[in-house]
Amino acid sequence: MKYLLMVLLCLLPTFAIAGEAVDIADDPVMESRMIKLAEKVRCLVCQSEPVSTSHADWSNDVRQIMREKMKAGATDQEILDMLVERFGKSVLFDPPVDKETMPLWAAPFVLLLMGAVLLYYQLRKRTGLIKEASLSIQDEQRVAELMNEPSTAQADLTNSSKDSQA
Amino acid sequence: MMRFILPLVIFLVLSVFLYMGLGRDTREVPSPLVGKPAPAFMLPMLHDAEKKFSPQDMQGQVWLLNVWASWCGACKDEHPLLMQLSRQNIVPIVGLDYKDKIEDGIATLQKAGDPYTFTIADADGKVGFDYGVYGVPETYVIDKQGVIRFKLIGAVTQQNLKEVILPLVKELQAK
Repeated sequence: MKYLLMVLLCLLPTFAIAGEAVDIADDPVMESRMIKLAEKVRCLVCQSEPVSTSHADWSNDVRQIMREKMKAGATDQEILDMLVERFGKSVLFDPPVDKETMPLWAAPFVLLLMGAVLLYYQLRKRTGLIKEASLSIQDEQRVAELMNEPSTAQADLTNSSKDSQA
Repeated sequence: MMRFILPLVIFLVLSVFLYMGLGRDTREVPSPLVGKPAPAFMLPMLHDAEKKFSPQDMQGQVWLLNVWASWCGACKDEHPLLMQLSRQNIVPIVGLDYKDKIEDGIATLQKAGDPYTFTIADADGKVGFDYGVYGVPETYVIDKQGVIRFKLIGAVTQQNLKEVILPLVKELQAK
């Protein structure tokens, strides 16, 4: 009996934790939809944090407004548009491709292309610079000797390997 | 010669961009509301909730909308400047008490002085949200047609007042 009581007492803290979780929205489906949408929105007061995880007052407000708009039947896109209208495109972590942001999106590819063109011309210039080394007469004779007498070269090799073994 | 000029040019261009980046406050988001009509609203006055204020009431004159709150520290810095500006009678200043308790707002103005032609209470911050407020203080310059011409994020200072806000107000008033 004593042991049972102790086990039950040990369980008490878990109840305490369960009690602490406050249900923010009455509709859990909408809440998860809201959090998903809030992940795309930058917290303007904390810059690199999404509204979904931020504890800033402003983020709380944005989440509350998202809930209200969703309750009123607004689509995700409508809510994002509303935020952009008030705070500018930088509230979105993934800003849309349009006239204003085009240079940002295109710049890496333009630079890559420029690099490729530069590399191509540099390489072409280099092939022009490479000259075949001319051999002196002695060298040429040595090459001919080596090429014509594979048997001696072979013999040399086997000799040397025997030497090293001895 | 090219060997030296090309890296030098790249270095200079990079330096210019980096230098420009140094002077910029990344927290300052350019407001998309500049050049657009000030969002309409109807809010109670701070001192008399029976009376309402709407931007429509300011039609035909250039005015400043100053967003402040009793809990905001930087607002205390700009407050003396607003007092001075209101004494000069150049431009009406409308104060928007943002996300504040009415009694706290009233107490602050009683203690420090009231520079505002009107003070309106935005207790839940909904109007502030429509104006793209995300930090207090913020100040808007609104023209005779009710179009937002400028938005200042942060405190009014001697410098931005003299160099930006007042010249703009004069220019808009002359129109």
